[in-house]
Amino acid sequence: MRLTASNLACRRGGRDVFADVSFSNGSGEILAIRGRNGAGKSSLLRMVVGLVRIAHGRLALEGGDPELTIGEQAHYLGHQDAFKPSLSVRENLQFWAEFLGGGAADLREPLAAVGLDPLADLPAAYLSAGQRRRLSIARLIAVKRPIWLLDEPVNALDAAAQESLTAFMRAHLAGGGLILAATHGPIRLPPVREVWLDQAPSPQAAGEEP
Amino acid sequence: MTALAAILVRDMRIAVRVGGGALMGVLFFLVVAAMVPFAVGPDLALLKRIGPAILWLAALLASLLALDRLFAADHEDGSLDLILMGHAPLELVVAVKGVAHWLTTGLPLVVAAPIIGLFLNLDAPAEAALALTLLAGTPALTFIGLIGAAIAVTLRRGGLLLAVLVLPLTVPVLIFGVAAANAAVSGPVPFGTPFTILCALTLASLVVGPFAAAAALRQEME
Repeated sequence: MRLTASNLACRRGGRDVFADVSFSNGSGEILAIRGRNGAGKSSLLRMVVGLVRIAHGRLALEGGDPELTIGEQAHYLGHQDAFKPSLSVRENLQFWAEFLGGGAADLREPLAAVGLDPLADLPAAYLSAGQRRRLSIARLIAVKRPIWLLDEPVNALDAAAQESLTAFMRAHLAGGGLILAATHGPIRLPPVREVWLDQAPSPQAAGEEP
Repeated sequence: MTALAAILVRDMRIAVRVGGGALMGVLFFLVVAAMVPFAVGPDLALLKRIGPAILWLAALLASLLALDRLFAADHEDGSLDLILMGHAPLELVVAVKGVAHWLTTGLPLVVAAPIIGLFLNLDAPAEAALALTLLAGTPALTFIGLIGAAIAVTLRRGGLLLAVLVLPLTVPVLIFGVAAANAAVSGPVPFGTPFTILCALTLASLVVGPFAAAAALRQEME
């Protein structure tokens, strides 16, 4: 499976966000999307899943299911976590597992993997930001999809959760999945290839990238 | 099918839990309709004559009440993004959300209408006819409302715009709903004529509503 973008351009609200972005990412590979704030990292991820219109360029997936769009074969871990406060942790996860299809029948395993099984019956309203993020990650594990698009995946996660997210990403890559991650921080999963949405900083400046 | 069943179950659960809109609609309906006898005064003949119109107006406003949150809530928390990434066609998802909304806000109005009918001096056959017109007509209100809810999805205060957009579109439903109810109460037109047109309006809105709302949602998501 290989995801190829050629000369992608994005226009939002009458403003050119980025242009001429090309990359190619295959099974077992992780691509880091870099850029300053507002460079269009999230827009690029949303463009891949079909939530933002492609102003120019082409996006192609080889080796995927030809019956499905790229978005239907992808997980998008965005800034919003898509959980309803009045439903319990388990009900929220169960809904997405059933709706997205092909979900694990037993949700205890993904919940345990992110350390939320003791809170399964708690309404999602009482979760902290980090716990909500963990629940989003449980969604990626409960429903198998080959493409992961992660937008600032470690936001709000504590050290232990960051460790386990790295382990999940490694397992996903080992299983033939591919990952696109928009992040400012380092990704501890070599080899990481990068695509810059604005000018790549000179080697000296790269160290100062927050 | 499991995806659509999951949407139905989730939306109904949310509606009946704390902060959901299910009870608000029917309470609003009861309060508005119960205020009318106080405003009009104890003229039983007059109440009987305007009763069906009052109940229909109250039902119309009540079914609009929770509608603005139908897609806006899913848009704000990112659920709509993930729904668009599911395998289920958006048109069907929209239709199922409409069904869930009707089951939690429209159907209770039909059940509550006979109670309010007592306040308005309606006799048993008139109440049955009125409940029947509401049963046939409220799905049309919900499914026409879907279009407005989809158009107003990205607006912070979409509720007012929703009412302005949707109310004019519901005029035919209101006319034939009240006409059918009046025909059952006082004649002289047979009940069947306006009632079949009401059913036709509902069937048309069941088809047109989901497609129009899904198209609006796709446009808004860009």
